[in-house]
Amino acid sequence: MGSYIPNTGEQRREMLSAVGAQCVQDLFASVPKDMLVGDGLDLPEGLSELEVRRAVTAMAEKNRIYPTVLRGAGAYRHFIPAVVRSVVTREELVTAYTPYQAEISQGILQSIFEFQTMICMLTGMDVANASVYDGGTAAAESIAMCKDRRRTKAYVSACAHPHVIETMRTYCFGSDTELVVVPEKDGRTDLEALKAALGADAACFYLQQPNYYGNMEDAAAIGEIVHAAGAKFVMGVNPIACAVMATPAECGADIAVGEGQPLGLDIAFGGPYLGFMAATKAMFRKLPGRIVGQTHDVEGQVGYVLTLTAREQHIRREKASSNICSNQALCALTAGVYLTAMGPEGLEKAARQSMSKAHYLAAELEKIGMKRLHGGEFFHEFVTACDKPQAVLDALDKAGILGGLPVEGGILWCVTEMVSREEIDRAVAIIKEVC
Amino acid sequence: MKLIFEKGAPGQHLSLLPSCDVPEVSLSQERKAPLPLPQVSETELTRHYTALAKRVHGVNDGFYPLGSCTMKYNPKINEDMAALPGFTQIHPLQPESTVQGCLEVLATAEKLLGEITGMDAMTFQPAAGAHGEFTGLLLIKAYHHHRGDSARTKIIVPDSAHGTNPASAVMAGYTVVNIPSAPDGCVDVEALKAAVGPDTAGLMLTNPNTVGIFDKNILEITKIVHDAGGLCYYDGANLNAVMGVVRPGDMGFDVIHLNLHKTFSTPHGGGGPGSGAVGCKALLESFLPGPVVEKAGDGYRFAIPEHSIGRVKDFYGNFTVVVKALTYILTLGKAGIPEAAENAVLNANYMMKRLKEKYTMAYDVPCMHEFVMCLEDLLHDTGVSAMDIAKGLLDNGIHPPTMYFPLIVHEALMIEPTETESKETLDEACDVFLKLWDLAHSDPQALHDAPKTTPVRRLDEVGAARNPVLRYTEA
Repeated sequence: MGSYIPNTGEQRREMLSAVGAQCVQDLFASVPKDMLVGDGLDLPEGLSELEVRRAVTAMAEKNRIYPTVLRGAGAYRHFIPAVVRSVVTREELVTAYTPYQAEISQGILQSIFEFQTMICMLTGMDVANASVYDGGTAAAESIAMCKDRRRTKAYVSACAHPHVIETMRTYCFGSDTELVVVPEKDGRTDLEALKAALGADAACFYLQQPNYYGNMEDAAAIGEIVHAAGAKFVMGVNPIACAVMATPAECGADIAVGEGQPLGLDIAFGGPYLGFMAATKAMFRKLPGRIVGQTHDVEGQVGYVLTLTAREQHIRREKASSNICSNQALCALTAGVYLTAMGPEGLEKAARQSMSKAHYLAAELEKIGMKRLHGGEFFHEFVTACDKPQAVLDALDKAGILGGLPVEGGILWCVTEMVSREEIDRAVAIIKEVC
Repeated sequence: MKLIFEKGAPGQHLSLLPSCDVPEVSLSQERKAPLPLPQVSETELTRHYTALAKRVHGVNDGFYPLGSCTMKYNPKINEDMAALPGFTQIHPLQPESTVQGCLEVLATAEKLLGEITGMDAMTFQPAAGAHGEFTGLLLIKAYHHHRGDSARTKIIVPDSAHGTNPASAVMAGYTVVNIPSAPDGCVDVEALKAAVGPDTAGLMLTNPNTVGIFDKNILEITKIVHDAGGLCYYDGANLNAVMGVVRPGDMGFDVIHLNLHKTFSTPHGGGGPGSGAVGCKALLESFLPGPVVEKAGDGYRFAIPEHSIGRVKDFYGNFTVVVKALTYILTLGKAGIPEAAENAVLNANYMMKRLKEKYTMAYDVPCMHEFVMCLEDLLHDTGVSAMDIAKGLLDNGIHPPTMYFPLIVHEALMIEPTETESKETLDEACDVFLKLWDLAHSDPQALHDAPKTTPVRRLDEVGAARNPVLRYTEA
């Protein structure tokens, strides 16, 4: 059996005797006897490191790794520079707790301060928090920032990621908030329906940009509609797309949130990922979660601390703005290292190449008769009509290609900079055989 | 130390991507704002983050007796297993037949943790303890609603509870009823009896509680709540004291969250990612967030529970954190799990015994995995506060205990050594604590001035909140 207990049997006996106990069971005297499990737990015998390595590796080997991935839908396989892994596997950073003791946590605090700054740069917003669990929970948490006594209803576009809508709905079940889904029209938010839906009780509208289908929404126009109704405009954005598309700030967003996974995090069967949240100056005190601020020590040296804690659960308890305490600090660090490694040019290159390659695939598919389901602009995902999606995906699968995701009306494709033109051509040739 | 934005020079960069091999396209509405991300070389980048890492105290840097946080050693094999490409390179929306290994991880972890906690079903979707609390409370809410009982609007929380408990209850739409603790730090049974009624949705409890004591009345407590028609929620933050020894399910709890990043040895990452797995008894199973994993022939498949509350997160939770926890459980096994708990309790009692020589214990009875000291008399006698002692520890290479919690103890220091520390480490730490007690009497100013050896000294937190500087802006 494996064990990480350093004390020997003799040391344990010595310690037991120091505390006046005969045996370790004496220490559990306050537990009612008939409640003790004794030796009754049905668990396997412990394993040596070599055995456990074999057992867990065997599980990993039952999964299939696709050399080519043309599927996104909320999880994007981008290039991850080697320096990212090298930094984020450092033991100090991996094993530390939340930076409560600022004097010995400056490394983590400064990395979060830098992350907050980078999220502001990407989104154009004024202030960002230290991260939340993921894009879906960031979207859900934003509702609580917007509600007040008069404005009690939340709105979300039907073109947002289904998981995000569902997470918002679950959070709304908790807070007894009505969530209204604004319908789509040709793969985009229906602006007329939005105008008609927003009333005096509208707290906020959540728009995903680019949306679930990869389409670009007319975010600025939507922002105007939302503000005209007196509600807050929340945008959920792809952080890599932010390198090329109009920023949430440029579109008039009050709050910008999103899934940070594309910023250097593995797709890893869905997590851990990273939620980011940013807001205008007017709204930043409503942000949930940790926020790091710059200050000085007693000698005037610059340093960083967790700040504005009066919003938080450990101070305010039932009056807190959220229950969140742990964020995704190591994931935020990962995003910070990734953005530093990529720099402004590298990030734009990743965005531009992803978008261009997706357009190349769309054009090649159109040549073989597989047309886009929606018109208008898109980023690095798009939907094609397809009457036999399973046959297409099976054929690609045989060639080691994870094809797009089957959705209503067709297939949702995604291309990132990881996919070469040759791989795209090969996929199109296979699809042509099937269609 | 300079920020990354103050380093490098325009044009410095890493060579990462090839040139584009397809025609480039652009959007009609492109970004107008400049993108002032750092421009540094690879050398500068790695030096910056290495310098940051040196300004962090991790579990590998020294003793970390942070109460309620279970800062045990994070085994390296766990990290290796979580980094296997067979996990990291798997898309969450791949066909089920191609992710059987991932489903096996989730199903196996569910089975083993179910056995350890005495629960019938589990979800790994919640990303952290507080997220688990929120999820568990929604299960309770859905359960009452499903029975047509909408009168249950209150959650009872002892005043010794973690701050997340009342905050989570409010997020789940409940009113919080705080009940005072009894003089022994445990639940005041009479106060509980007076608080329950037809409006009680449930009780949230940590056992052992936040003062490190196992509530011996636990069966009576859960029965009082059940008799009133409420359900019992177990905050698993302190499970390390009792895993393999006694099960929350056998104490009468209906729903529980675990902190895999505490009890099951996955690292804290400077504040996440964790995993707040939620387990429940059969009566709540049909309300769990979907999807859950179920057996199907020789393999596994996803399924949505019949009355699911819906998702609390995208995809399936912090999956690779579950891989780490599973690796740990498989390593320790049937004998190792209770052995860890027993040694966590032994280490805590040993430290408590030694520190009692000078410090006052908030509750002078044998403890479980942690204990709370009350420094009120030290403050009165010397002017040295719990904060001062904590800062003195920093100069001795020790991460301070949790300070000023639980709220029911004044000038509290909460110490949780964990089972992965040796007697030598505990003795050295006790020597430091006792030395600081003496210093408080001989030279209190030295402790008011601490720390002196850390990268920065005491920071102006009031100023930080009054004039918030929350991002870098170019001068």
